[in-house]
Amino acid sequence: MVNKIWGFFIIIGIIFCLFTDNVDVINNEILNSCKTALDMTFKIFPVMALWLGIAKIAEVSGLLKKLSLKLSGILKFIFPEIPKGHQSLSYISSNIIANMFGLGNAATPFGLKAMQSLQELNTKKDTASRSMITFLVLNTSGVTIIPTTIISLRMMYGSVDPTSIVFPCIIITFTSTFIGLIIDRILARLS
Amino acid sequence: MISSLIIPLVVLFVIIYAIIKKVPVYDTFIEGAKESFDMILKLFPCLLAMIFAVNILTKSNIVANLFGFISFVPNEIIPLIIMRPISGTSSLAILTTIYESFGPDGFIGTLASYIQGTTDTTFYILTLYFGSVGIKKIRYSLWAGLLADLVSITISILFVSFVL
Repeated sequence: MVNKIWGFFIIIGIIFCLFTDNVDVINNEILNSCKTALDMTFKIFPVMALWLGIAKIAEVSGLLKKLSLKLSGILKFIFPEIPKGHQSLSYISSNIIANMFGLGNAATPFGLKAMQSLQELNTKKDTASRSMITFLVLNTSGVTIIPTTIISLRMMYGSVDPTSIVFPCIIITFTSTFIGLIIDRILARLS
Repeated sequence: MISSLIIPLVVLFVIIYAIIKKVPVYDTFIEGAKESFDMILKLFPCLLAMIFAVNILTKSNIVANLFGFISFVPNEIIPLIIMRPISGTSSLAILTTIYESFGPDGFIGTLASYIQGTTDTTFYILTLYFGSVGIKKIRYSLWAGLLADLVSITISILFVSFVL
């Protein structure tokens, strides 16, 4: 998918520039993008290192685990099909907590564990179960409390108040997750 | 404002909790921060590839010419919306080009920040998660995921338009 789109972007861009007599733009952009990519990498790096350090402390101290336990209480309402106390609930909540802290890479292993665990409950092994789809909706609507990377990018481009997006993002993400879950339930009824 | 308090409070809470639990906070911090080397090495090639492709596309002005009829969504945001569900690093690269052209604080910059922050890589998560347990019939999950993204984008646009 990415392969096709990437090629498509470049081909369309260059051909359009050739037709509109804009080839200089392309020459500039080829050199410019290298500089931008390197600048960006160097500026995200320290912020990322800092945040991964803090996150490690939260993980080792057992804070992430404790928050996950609190969350699995709420999850009973979102996943009525999962039996009480099933281990998939704890994987799902660990995944959500990691996502909230902006730790995409830490969230993925928990997500995969959650899927395995949900597969055990699944009656048709080649077909997605209702709980699996609900879990995916929770993931794709992106419940993030601290969007670390975005904040560091905003800093890099001289934002007056880089963290000003945090609170609005929380409001938007919770509203859209809520609506997403409703859509999920409606689609589950229809299918 | 509340936004500027959230990060300091989270850091404060994490550190105090860890000290009560007798965690060696400094050593643990270093251990975690080291992991960033791996991540950044993986990130750079993806960023370069995407910044390159997106810059060529946006500077050719074709997006403005082709998608000009969708007045609800600002043209500048369209590459971000196309790429966001497919790849995280790619959409991050697009976000950079948007910040570079429009700054992070204006209408476009704020909207792009919200969209990047409140949606996720639906196609990637779908392929990875279902692939890992061998699910072939994904039923309505793609629609549910994409609709959830669409809701996030719509609310982001409304939020920037009326509140900012």
